[in-house]
Amino acid sequence: MEPIFLKPNSLRDVNTHYCAGCGHGIVHRLIAETVDDMGLRERVIGIAPVGCAVLAYDYWDFDVTEAAHGRVPAVATGIKRSRPENIVFGYQGDGDLAAIGTAEIIHAANRGENITIIFVNNSVYGMTGGQMAPTTMLKQKTSTTQSGREQKLHGFPLKACELLSVLPGVVYAERVSVHSPQNVLKARRAIKKAFQVQLDEKGFSIVEVLSQCPTYTGLSPKESVKWVGEEMTKQFPLGIFK
Amino acid sequence: MKKVLMCGNEVLAESAIMAGCRFYAGYPITPQNEIPAYMSRRMPEVGGVFIQAESEISAVNMVFGASLTGARAMTSSSSPGISLKQEGISYLAGCELPAVIVNIMRGGPGLGNIAPSQSDYFQATRGGGHGDYRQIVLAPASLQEIVDLTTLAFDLADSYRMPVMILGDGLLGQMMEPVVLADSVERIAYSAKKDWILDGCKGRKPRIIKSLLLGNGELEQFNERLQKKYNEIKNKEVRCEILHGEDSKLMLVAYGTVSRICRKVVKTLREEGKKVGLVRPVSLWPFPEKELRALTGNVERFLTVEMSCGQMVEDVKLGIECKKPVHFYGRSGGGVPTEEEIIKEIEKIMY
Ligand SMILES: Cc1ncc(C[n+]2csc(CCOP(=O)(O)OP(=O)(O)O)c2C)c(N)n1
Ligand code: SF4
Repeated sequence: MEPIFLKPNSLRDVNTHYCAGCGHGIVHRLIAETVDDMGLRERVIGIAPVGCAVLAYDYWDFDVTEAAHGRVPAVATGIKRSRPENIVFGYQGDGDLAAIGTAEIIHAANRGENITIIFVNNSVYGMTGGQMAPTTMLKQKTSTTQSGREQKLHGFPLKACELLSVLPGVVYAERVSVHSPQNVLKARRAIKKAFQVQLDEKGFSIVEVLSQCPTYTGLSPKESVKWVGEEMTKQFPLGIFK
Repeated sequence: MKKVLMCGNEVLAESAIMAGCRFYAGYPITPQNEIPAYMSRRMPEVGGVFIQAESEISAVNMVFGASLTGARAMTSSSSPGISLKQEGISYLAGCELPAVIVNIMRGGPGLGNIAPSQSDYFQATRGGGHGDYRQIVLAPASLQEIVDLTTLAFDLADSYRMPVMILGDGLLGQMMEPVVLADSVERIAYSAKKDWILDGCKGRKPRIIKSLLLGNGELEQFNERLQKKYNEIKNKEVRCEILHGEDSKLMLVAYGTVSRICRKVVKTLREEGKKVGLVRPVSLWPFPEKELRALTGNVERFLTVEMSCGQMVEDVKLGIECKKPVHFYGRSGGGVPTEEEIIKEIEKIMY
């Protein structure tokens, strides 16, 4: 029988530590598939963030380094400038990219570093137990916004893709989602395009992926994909910003 | 060989290039601005990378990235900026990545001032960042010594796979002195094979660089391994200069700029027949403990002189296990101890 679905070579055959229904695993897989498709496994260097995806190096079967919380774009800059022949991508959560690492992402983007950032926006801090993230939706309950995020107290949800796309150094910025099979396929195309931008030496590329964190949105896996699709996309519209 | 006249910061930058440094990232801060300025000009000439980062945090993390690809990488700053680099230094130590970090110290705490100071000794030698780590700290006292110690810093960083700090002060960074430099940039091509770098897993198994060790007992084991490495460094890499160790009754202890003043004090007092000597630690970590302890036979008293309110003096006491009285004289916040002040202090203690 012809196999129609295989594990990508760039993904290790191991158990996952992610919660049931978590979007991180899907995004890891999409990256691995893209790396395989484009024949980049022996050229790629990935950077795992501090966050639930810190163990990404246990899943990807290529060179991966850790980076301190939020510093992924700076580490990526150091790697890429030293070894332009490698394909360098950083993986970041919303706390990592849009809170503690805001300076690093804006300046790497503004310098037009020829790197790719995969930004997983799951609306909360997963790893530390479900606190408010910069991307937490208004009214969303988290462990630090227990009666819901209030604009007056906590500010607005931060739209990273929109913010970054105004910078001339950014060549490609798209927001996708992994809440449904169609969207997963679109996300995969976006990740491929972002890697292609880097291969073509055009400059900075970022793919923001809306992703589900059932555990800290207090929803079942099924409800959480629905919530991402119906609620999150209102605040964070999908599409190409640049 | 060529003789050149440059300021300390420029000598340091050129020495780094000669030592094979091909990646520099930094953020402006006085009194070390000549380093990034020089690097911005020089790096492109030797095919290296210069980046003016958006912050010291970013700069040290860029160095982290460059280092993990095998490049000899350096960042420099002065006191407040070095505080910001501490997180990165801890990660460098945890990931066992080589890097050279330069601190041209100024007065603190806080914004302090831009005058020379030695008040970051604690931060440098105790590991200002979090966790059970150490960094090698080298303290040059002349521009010619900056040349030698910068080369050494890169060699030590690579051979032990750890951050090495060059600790200078604003005076050393700003002053001009003739120095002898090698003609060729290729003089010191460090050839240690780096079989741990990330450069794409072509023809080999993928590699991971990380400091997160969650397994049962894993981190403790790793830290024990680090301690083993640190003990080896303590045994092999202590460097210090001793003047008149054999017969001194009063021994001055000073490093960097202050040691130059103390050297004059020793000369003046020796001419008067007074048995005064000087211990000048060159490596501040590892600290020359044994060397100091060996002097406690003839030395009756130690006097530590610093441009701080008293930091290295603690290591002197620990080093000699309080076998003899240890006195302290220091100026801080931009004050520089003068020859006269030090002599007066010695007279108070001894004569
Ligand atoms: C300097 C520092 N501050 C705080 C933390 C604790 N911390 C770990 S992960 C994290 C936030 C993670 O959230 P996010 O980036 O959204 O990723 P997620 O876990 O949701 O995937 C925080 C605050 C840390 N490790 N380092
Ligand atoms: S806490 Fe949320 S983001 Fe983290 S693994 Fe669980 S579901 Fe995924």
